[in-house]
Amino acid sequence: MPRKATEKPPQKLRPKARPAKSKPRSAALVAPSEKKKSRPPRTSSATVQLPPEIAAWFARRGWTPRPHQLALLEAARERRSTLLIAPTGAGKTLAGFLPSLISIHNGNRKKTGAGLYTLYVSPLKALAADVERNLTHPIEEMGLKVRTETRTGDTSLARRQRQRVKPPHILLTTPEQVALLLSHPDAPYLFADLDTIIFDELHALAASKRGDLLALDLARLRKLAPNVMTIGLSATVARPSELRGYLVAQTEPETTTHLADIVTVKGGAKPIIRILEAENEIPWTGHTARYAMREVYDAIRAHKLSLVFVNTRMQAEYAFQELWRINDDSLPIGLHHGSLDGAQRKKVEAAMAEGRLRAIVATSTLDLGIDWGDVDLVIHLGAPKGASRLLQRIGRANHRLDEPSEAILVPGNRFEVLECRAAQQAAEAGDQDAQLSRSGALDVLAQHVLGMACEAPFDPAALFDEVRSALPYAGLTRSQFDRTVDFVSTGGYALRSYERFAKLRPTDNGKLRVANPAIAQQYRLNIGTIVDAPHLKVRLIAHRGAKRMPSMGGRVLGEVEEYFAEQLTPGDTFVFAGQVLRFEGIRDTEVFVTRAATEDPMVPSYDGGKFPLSTHLARRVRDMLSDPSVWSGLPNPVANWLELQTEFSVIPAQDEVLVETFPRGNRHFLVAYPFEGRLAHQTLGMLLTRRLDRIGAHPVGFVANDYALAVWGHGDISGLIADGKLSLAELFDEDMLGDDLDAWLAESALMKRTFRLAAVIAGLIERRHPGKVKSGRQVTISTDLIYDVLRRHDPDHLLLEAAWTDAATGLLDIRRLGTFLARIKNRIRHQVLDHVSPLAVPVLLEIGVELVYGQDRDAILRAAADELIREATGDAAQ
Amino acid sequence: MNMLKPERIGLDDFADQPVNICGKAFVAHKFGALYWPAERALIVSDLHLEKGSAFAARGQMLPPYDTRETLRKLATLIDRYQPETVISLGDSLHDSDGAARMDAADIESLHILQEDRDWIWITGNHDPKIDRTLAGYVVQEIIVGGLAFRHEPLPGAATHEIAGHFHPAARLVFHGTSLRRPCFVGNRLRLVMPAFGAYTGGLNILDGVFEPLFGMDGLDVWMLGHEGLYPVAPRLLRDD
Repeated sequence: MPRKATEKPPQKLRPKARPAKSKPRSAALVAPSEKKKSRPPRTSSATVQLPPEIAAWFARRGWTPRPHQLALLEAARERRSTLLIAPTGAGKTLAGFLPSLISIHNGNRKKTGAGLYTLYVSPLKALAADVERNLTHPIEEMGLKVRTETRTGDTSLARRQRQRVKPPHILLTTPEQVALLLSHPDAPYLFADLDTIIFDELHALAASKRGDLLALDLARLRKLAPNVMTIGLSATVARPSELRGYLVAQTEPETTTHLADIVTVKGGAKPIIRILEAENEIPWTGHTARYAMREVYDAIRAHKLSLVFVNTRMQAEYAFQELWRINDDSLPIGLHHGSLDGAQRKKVEAAMAEGRLRAIVATSTLDLGIDWGDVDLVIHLGAPKGASRLLQRIGRANHRLDEPSEAILVPGNRFEVLECRAAQQAAEAGDQDAQLSRSGALDVLAQHVLGMACEAPFDPAALFDEVRSALPYAGLTRSQFDRTVDFVSTGGYALRSYERFAKLRPTDNGKLRVANPAIAQQYRLNIGTIVDAPHLKVRLIAHRGAKRMPSMGGRVLGEVEEYFAEQLTPGDTFVFAGQVLRFEGIRDTEVFVTRAATEDPMVPSYDGGKFPLSTHLARRVRDMLSDPSVWSGLPNPVANWLELQTEFSVIPAQDEVLVETFPRGNRHFLVAYPFEGRLAHQTLGMLLTRRLDRIGAHPVGFVANDYALAVWGHGDISGLIADGKLSLAELFDEDMLGDDLDAWLAESALMKRTFRLAAVIAGLIERRHPGKVKSGRQVTISTDLIYDVLRRHDPDHLLLEAAWTDAATGLLDIRRLGTFLARIKNRIRHQVLDHVSPLAVPVLLEIGVELVYGQDRDAILRAAADELIREATGDAAQ
Repeated sequence: MNMLKPERIGLDDFADQPVNICGKAFVAHKFGALYWPAERALIVSDLHLEKGSAFAARGQMLPPYDTRETLRKLATLIDRYQPETVISLGDSLHDSDGAARMDAADIESLHILQEDRDWIWITGNHDPKIDRTLAGYVVQEIIVGGLAFRHEPLPGAATHEIAGHFHPAARLVFHGTSLRRPCFVGNRLRLVMPAFGAYTGGLNILDGVFEPLFGMDGLDVWMLGHEGLYPVAPRLLRDD
């Protein structure tokens, strides 16, 4: 590839040792040996272990195996499963494969099955493909006789079928494919020789439903290949023990947690992170960082290749537009996010890998693994929301261990200045966000149980033991397991009316088998735990405002969530795929758009990938806020803003929550500052609104951001408190998580969305397959209807339990809200004010920008009905 | 911000709405049923009883409570209006085996609802035959007081008809929110009722099949809410 990798800005010092013509990924796999710096002494046995071909390969490049690579070889020789924690650029991937390469090459193993020796599992199919490409180079150069292949959803059917009979030595694949392979009756033959399983980016996989499924599959693989060894590759995490436990069998789930070995590579150079200070004043609200675009552009110009990370697709679109608006030098700047058409994304990726781009605006789609090019700067627009995410993203810059990565944080508003500062401190301290430990999801278990039945009849007691050997399910009770099996078979309803339709039937020897082969087929179509929100294709058509839409449209630009498209009215303009588009209409599964004449779209947001502020960063922000001595280190507008707050209201102490009440316009406001993230605040807002309504405060609506929430209404909230009619302690009492929550959940659209996901994963509802979709609304049964019926008639049903568990940590963040309410008991600092406080300004400004809650759905209908009445009586608004 | 709760409206004011068809006064209820005070008749359509078990028989174990839920709603309405006649406008069962799959307790509930009143099953495409265990009179269509009650609307601009079959639904886009709900749709000369069954979906009334029935002018639409039934101006409605 013609890359000018040697042309570096003069101020950057790079070690000269790096061979200029090395393949890019090889550089990531094995870093060059540092001749200048002293290295830890090699273990003497190390070179002995390497077969001559491999030792010669290292020698030819002037490299030596790194200590952790040798440590993994050592562990493999003793058949010890190991977790390798290493920062990007440490040669992690090669470390994972070396033991297999050597072992396969030595060839001293007996073949009893299909001959599949090593299974590599990655969260991204693109990563699997990338690793395969970059693994074949060393294999060829070393002259090893090792066959590698990938298997993903993109692999051809013929090839996938062949792989089941005649697999390669090393198969690189995804969790879904592993589940699929295990559901075939030939799985015992296929995996009989399995020696090693490598999990890449384990930190990104483990604590999720995909991780649950993979853990169950691992338990099964251990059954099929009892001597199998696992190697986990992970970035630095706060609690490695959970990943270590994930890698090995939990043979005594009640009493003891077994852990894998661990090898840790300490991070090389600390990243250099600075917070951008722009010439323009930082705004009160918003996340777009528009005010700082000029400086962002200058930073791009001063670097070779910049990755510009944002948190949502909407922000990506927006930043892309803004950068091109001021792109006087016509720098090649690209755009990359999950909604773009796959072909378009591939084009951008290729351009990036070939060094044809100077900057790329991206969402979390570029967070993981793949090494697309020589990134030398990461810019983060808006706050990163979590310390781990920031470190992960910064790691995308500069895939060489011993050079510091360079990053610039660009806060979108004043609160985000505090948040960026907190993230910066956390990153410099190397602190990670602790992920909540999770217990395995029951909907995933249901899917797995059916998969196991598709492979062969199973003995429930044996499968229960097997399942519990997977760490996420170590705490599973027999009754939960039996209910799950029951669910798989007949739906598990209290009303036992489906026995005769049971999917699982007993065999003569007490096992359970699938009732008919069609069930297995059905299962294989619906495998996996990733359930996309229904998406519609966006198609660019030529003419505008045509009454009848053309039957054949133009180019497909990508996809948007169905619910986003549904709230558009023909004529609305929005930014997508880097251009301003005019919405023309929806037909079947496509959104028709034309190019809009305007440069200023209405930019309605569609919130792909909005993360709430992490608990860890929230605590740091609260600390910073409550300590005026650190304010002087903040940019002037922010420090002044906080000073003003102490003048007009108060700054809450570290362990307090501030609640302000004040009138504004003809409304009364209550603003609270929990700093618990947007999701928990939304839930809190819903519940507060219900309670205020009951007390007679006549709430009208509320708005929430990551730091605060504001509720407003007609009732004088300050007055109600003064008169003793409203007690804040009671208003914020933990008991709101009882009946109020329950009543709200009956109606909550978020809860229904959560239920739908669980229903699809558990196999109650079939996936919508592309092409099969058509506008089948009147044919398919909406999960909302099922949710309503189930809640009323079978409230203890397994699926409701599964959905509730998800909601508690997911979209509703109830667990976090519960912790907050417990924390602030007797610690509410109430300020009665005459007018809005400086701290309240940002959240109030979001009214009208962010979605306003508290308007129940009937209220919309009622308002529409009123509109009709006004129309009929001749005083319509317009 | 828009204030969305007009204070003059009490919660129950919208539970049912007067509807006029060919000069006859009806009351449409938020559950999707129609009451005819002059005849003391309650009319429902497309119950699709045992839809859940029909899916279960094909391997998709939907909750089996849809029949129970549909009958519960029906019982609430019978309590409220105390009708002398109940007319079910076809597709009362999801398929012809539906009655055989019905739980004994549900059949019992149905029989209790049928006590002391006329019960008329009009047949539909899903239930050309109604099993005798479900009692009631089974007819293809009936004409009462000059109005025809049938399952599928006659094609073209017919009048004097109350029918079901199409499961009409409307999508409202208002105040930046999109809301899709089953609805009554009519033009004062004929009416198509929403599906009453717990698992029934809906077909957007802007779909091509409705236009020939009503033309596009003078359409009346009532959308079903949780607290009420709401008349909505067609200009606020959108395609799917």
